[in-house]
Amino acid sequence: MAAALALSASGSDTIEGPVTFVDCDVEEPNGHIFLKPSFTHEPEPVTAVVPRVREERCNYCGACRDICRFNAITVLGKTILAFPDMCHSCKGCFLVCDQKALEEDERLLGQIKRGIAGSGVDGSGRNSGRGSRDILFYSGELRVGEAMSSPLIKALKKRVGNASGLVIYDAPPGTSCPVIKTMAGADFVLLVTEPTPFGLHDLKLCAEVVEILDIPFGVVINRAGLGFDEVEKWCQQRGVPILMEIPFDRKIASAYAQGRAVIEAIPGLKGSFISMIHDIEQLIRQSGKKASEAGS
Amino acid sequence: MKELLILSGKGGTGKTSITAAFAHLASHPRVIADCDVDASDLHLVLAPTEREEHPFISGVKARVVPDLCSGCGTCVELCQFDAMSLEEGARQDGGAVARCDELSCEGCGVCARFCPESAIELDPSDCGKWFISKTRFGPMVHAWIRPGEENSGKLVALVKRKASELAEELDKQLILVDGPPGIGCPVIASISGAHLVLVVTEPTQSGRHDLERVIGLTRHFKVPACVCINKWDLNQDMAREIEDYCRDQGIEVVGSIPFDRAVTEAQVQGVCLTEHADSEAARAVKGLWERIDALLF
Repeated sequence: MAAALALSASGSDTIEGPVTFVDCDVEEPNGHIFLKPSFTHEPEPVTAVVPRVREERCNYCGACRDICRFNAITVLGKTILAFPDMCHSCKGCFLVCDQKALEEDERLLGQIKRGIAGSGVDGSGRNSGRGSRDILFYSGELRVGEAMSSPLIKALKKRVGNASGLVIYDAPPGTSCPVIKTMAGADFVLLVTEPTPFGLHDLKLCAEVVEILDIPFGVVINRAGLGFDEVEKWCQQRGVPILMEIPFDRKIASAYAQGRAVIEAIPGLKGSFISMIHDIEQLIRQSGKKASEAGS
Repeated sequence: MKELLILSGKGGTGKTSITAAFAHLASHPRVIADCDVDASDLHLVLAPTEREEHPFISGVKARVVPDLCSGCGTCVELCQFDAMSLEEGARQDGGAVARCDELSCEGCGVCARFCPESAIELDPSDCGKWFISKTRFGPMVHAWIRPGEENSGKLVALVKRKASELAEELDKQLILVDGPPGIGCPVIASISGAHLVLVVTEPTQSGRHDLERVIGLTRHFKVPACVCINKWDLNQDMAREIEDYCRDQGIEVVGSIPFDRAVTEAQVQGVCLTEHADSEAARAVKGLWERIDALLF
């Protein structure tokens, strides 16, 4: 969905300014599969600050252990051990150590990839020309075995900075910390769901998070027509705008399977994506904020 | 006692529908654990009742006592999580008062420790709830995490521990664990102690990409894994590519399930796929379970 939005926007002459795509689903980033960017920068490692013990300076007072709420340091008699994987990088241990027995080390969280993706895909593989421009592509990739994705998402968003034009953030699933970190600062959140009981249940949970953050939001129903209309009913009752319905279609499923965006399978949908972006701009204006958005 | 963890990498691959069907098909006395605490769906099919409810208190959140705060900004300077900010003019004399954004606070306590006025309290953080319930297939441990919380890994670990204590106590032989999506903290918490991981994937480029990362993680933690390709017929070339990849990695593909509207129909009716009318997908899931049963016992 986020990839199709970026492709539609970049190929449109009614949408102004640059288009940026940011893959914040760092545990399982997939944006590159659909946008096929050429990477313009070397992958940039992202690290977290963790303590390393200089045992010759340590007097085993235990102050670092006592301040650490994440069990990342233990002191037992004349033994001190740091567990960098547990560390949240609060730096409390450095601050309380009066022997200067801790020095800053790094733990690799993952990497940030940057590139440029082409636009103008119209199903024939040709460049559709007018209005088409490049998509600035950013993606975070969590190191396999690393538990904490939020600091990587934060670093990724910082790297993107205050980009102008349309910025699309592809969010991770769920409702906890990584999702919040992705949504923070967005002008609009697009919740993608499917018309099933699972889809409705997860949609309600996600809507709760967006409401906590007080960001305007709308819904896209993917694989519509599966015969469960409770999602539509819920949106209508709650006054949540349904911005688009994408029918269940084997052509789309098969394009997705091959790593092609939905608008490549059904080029006719491109217009719907572009008008959805305009609808979103309208909704943002109504809520009194300015442009750019997040896809979930 | 054996513990089977069902993972998927990406959400929406059919992990929960398959877990629910296993809960129905298994012949061993079992405990069911829903570790997808962020967006748990298993209860929609298993309809748990008579639940026992417990709070999940984990970690702390900083709270500024405005009357004590001098607005010096020490906490703002020290906080590594951008959770503290100064609200100018919030004090009666027009001075600034610090405030803590609970959604950003990681509960490290550094602000409280270094506040020169001792104006910051650390409150135990009420992060959610966990439950023990009855289902038609045995007891189920599940949970709800308050939106925006960051202790989902700890809650997953708690759900797993409770499930395993319960299995011990009731002499159950199997724990079925519906895992969270991704490869981060909650998944890592759910992997420890599993005897076998079933990775449910789809024959798509993204499915394959996610599969490789999940398999990497099971390797990292040295837990045996097997793979099931759901909706395999939506892209038979990619299904074969995944089979080849698994063969190269020495990982067994224990089953392939065709795309079948019966899966959604069962969900809409709130029953397991295998309880629903006979379907191609249900037959495939039965075959899948037989193979997993043989691998576990």
